[in-house]
Amino acid sequence: MSINYSEKIPNNVDLGSDRSLQRALEHWQPAFLDWWGDMGPDGTASTDVYLRTAVSVEPGGWAHFDHVKMPDYRWGIFLNPADADRRIPFGEHKGEAAWQEVPGEHRANLRRIIVTQGDTEPASVEQQRHLGATAPSQYDLRNLFQINVEEGRHLWAMVYLLHRYFGRDGREEAEALLQRRAGDQDNPRILGAFNEQTPDWLSFFMFTFFTDRDGKFQLCALAESAFDPLARTTRFMLTEEAHHMFVGESGIARILQRTCETMVQHRTDDPAKLRALGVVDLPTIQRYLNFHYSVTLDLFGADVSSNAAIFYSAGIKGRFEEGKLTDDHLLKDATYPVIEVVDGKLTMREAPALNALNEKLRDDYIRDTVAGVGRWNKVMLKNGIDFQLTVPHKAFNRMIGSLAGVKVTPDGRVVSAPEWEAGTREWLPTPEDRVHVQSLMGRVVEPGKFANWIAPPPMGVNKQPVDFEYVRFN
Amino acid sequence: MPDPNVNTVAEHIQQHLIDPEICIRCNTCEETCPQDAITHDSRNYVVDAATCNACNACISPCPTGAIDNWRQVAKVQAYTLEEQLSWDELPAPVAADANDTTEFPEEVNRLEAEVVLGQGGSAVAPWSATKPAINLFGVRAPAIATVSGNFRLTGPTATADVRHIVLDFGNAAFPVLEGQSIGILPPGTDASGKPHYLRLYSVASARDGERSGHNNIALTVKRVTEDHAGRPVAGVASNYLCDLAKGDTVRVVGPYGSTYLMPNHAGSNLLMICTGTGSAPMRAMTEWRRRRQGTGETGELMLFFGARVADELPYHGPLLKLPSGFIDVNLAFSRATDQPRRYVQDAIRDREADVARLLADGETHIYICGLKGMEAGVDDAFGEACRGHGLDWTTLRPEMLAQGRYHVETY
Repeated sequence: MSINYSEKIPNNVDLGSDRSLQRALEHWQPAFLDWWGDMGPDGTASTDVYLRTAVSVEPGGWAHFDHVKMPDYRWGIFLNPADADRRIPFGEHKGEAAWQEVPGEHRANLRRIIVTQGDTEPASVEQQRHLGATAPSQYDLRNLFQINVEEGRHLWAMVYLLHRYFGRDGREEAEALLQRRAGDQDNPRILGAFNEQTPDWLSFFMFTFFTDRDGKFQLCALAESAFDPLARTTRFMLTEEAHHMFVGESGIARILQRTCETMVQHRTDDPAKLRALGVVDLPTIQRYLNFHYSVTLDLFGADVSSNAAIFYSAGIKGRFEEGKLTDDHLLKDATYPVIEVVDGKLTMREAPALNALNEKLRDDYIRDTVAGVGRWNKVMLKNGIDFQLTVPHKAFNRMIGSLAGVKVTPDGRVVSAPEWEAGTREWLPTPEDRVHVQSLMGRVVEPGKFANWIAPPPMGVNKQPVDFEYVRFN
Repeated sequence: MPDPNVNTVAEHIQQHLIDPEICIRCNTCEETCPQDAITHDSRNYVVDAATCNACNACISPCPTGAIDNWRQVAKVQAYTLEEQLSWDELPAPVAADANDTTEFPEEVNRLEAEVVLGQGGSAVAPWSATKPAINLFGVRAPAIATVSGNFRLTGPTATADVRHIVLDFGNAAFPVLEGQSIGILPPGTDASGKPHYLRLYSVASARDGERSGHNNIALTVKRVTEDHAGRPVAGVASNYLCDLAKGDTVRVVGPYGSTYLMPNHAGSNLLMICTGTGSAPMRAMTEWRRRRQGTGETGELMLFFGARVADELPYHGPLLKLPSGFIDVNLAFSRATDQPRRYVQDAIRDREADVARLLADGETHIYICGLKGMEAGVDDAFGEACRGHGLDWTTLRPEMLAQGRYHVETY
């Protein structure tokens, strides 16, 4: 029996009228559902979850909240509305009409970028698939599932582009997206951070704050692309990505709040005592932060990259908020500062701006991140706790680019290998930290109840009360 | 949505603000705002009171809820962008001028923003709609209405208690149009000692009174005995209303609503889709059209009305008595014994050709009212009807919205 995809898949790309695309998706969709069954959230096939489903790109199309079974979620395909007059905003084709089809000479690069972006979406679902078993509340469980289905939708968005614009190669890549597995030795996901485990909820919140924010900046850069369907797709994805960062930012803020309350109540800042009281001590949170921040910085790629220059000049991938920058949008003679190690010291040097675009995007990301960490610090200030979180130096714990192989402390000193080894227990999560955090993880399913280590949120989802039944276990 | 200009009469505005403590600076609102009223610096996202038209397009995309804050302020004292950019938290609400009897209740803004979310953007009234009166009575000096009738509408076998309540305004001027709402202030206080919030109810009667020529209006009220999640809870306002006896007095504020209004010009069609008490505005519009028969305010009326069983369908009997030449009535019952579950979208599918004919007609006005759950199904059914008949719902819907021909109120 043929499936009417326009019915099953909310879309604004007129799926019903494109028969070859429909055939391609008919082939891919069962494979996607198999993958969801195998690698999606564990043991949730019959659970009703209060989810937000995007059914259109208009603002009101965002507000469809209802209890749905996750396998029945309507994974839609949405592109932001087209602007017929859109011009390419940067690069050698600046000012020309945006591309509605893929130019032959950029086909391989565009495909690679779309596949790399697309690969992160199922990867994070795989990384998070066991977290449901230890959710600290129904509210948090619901947020996890919302993120999972939206990562699934982002995969759909990328697969649509592959199917629609890249022919047989695209279809093969779409298949491969369902075959790689996060952390698999033989067939891993493409990017390193997406093969790490997300073993506990502290890691999950850190991941959504730091690593999903990398997603935001990559999507922003692609939203400038000369390839209009990619620009419009990523523009729409950004609205969903914002929710993921909200979950991370508010999740950590709530953990900090609970820890601070406990510190005030028991008049102690002794990590051992706080651990015995069943909360996460602040130094442990700092170490988790250091880890997730540094691993995520690597995702932006090498600080000096000829690929980045090619992508920019060709018009494939722009800069963050390209439209708000006031230079020539060509960067032929411009320079940009990058870090270099000279005589065992970190120094700055000016690199050609075109080659330093990864570094520029990383710096934009850092600014955004620092502002978010500043908001976390207000929790300590409000509670009268004399402790502030900080992001480590940009060169700390880096594995990619010119900083790979250099050992740099969180405060930016280059140290020897033995010094590094001696310091890591202070800077990065220790096995004991992880065991403690893991020991706190226990499932709380009663509506309105929260695990001891995390404070309730100030407000519920979609104006529902905090004790709303966000998840119904059938 | 309330017309923000209405409040300038009292020199007050509802100023839209973003809570800097909850906002994560994701830029979604700024990206979404059709008026470019939202801007930011490295510290805060802020709304320009002079530019914001309270269209609410930014509300549902906000992932945090920080966006949905409103403060009633004197227009000349609206918070400037500079002030907002300097905030670490929202300022406490300022007590309104004690002499001002017509402050716009925050709760009304919130409720109104919520019910129109499903229409996909800010609506405008049909061009031929009568200009509505808005916010004549505020919380400080509500109108006092007297109950002149309270009847059960649902049949004896129905579990739901839906009631038809008639309120008489005596000598007070409380003009309402079909599609508008009024606010009911239940007496007493909640558990924390605060007065109960007001509740909005759509008017179920025509503009010239439940009984033509009388200063009364009708409401369709379902007694709330459980919440959306199915847990037992006694709805404060609905139980208060349903228990009223003839002669009791009720505090009423409003009227509210300036876009969910009916067209009055010749040849304008009404395509109405509702479930349960969402029938109130449909009853009002249908009744007004019935009373205007012979005056030239013509046009087709087509109604899709869903309920669990026939006994729970408000106004079931009177509805069936309306001549089929006047209104095309289509009912759908989702829990009728020995029958497959049938929803309004199924009824629309059964009448696809006629629905498509109406959709293709530039004089057709759509009104949807009922539970949120119906939106997606109805939207799909319209999409299918369009596809089968050479129309494109994805472009038609925003077009109808912009022309004041597409109206949604769901809760």
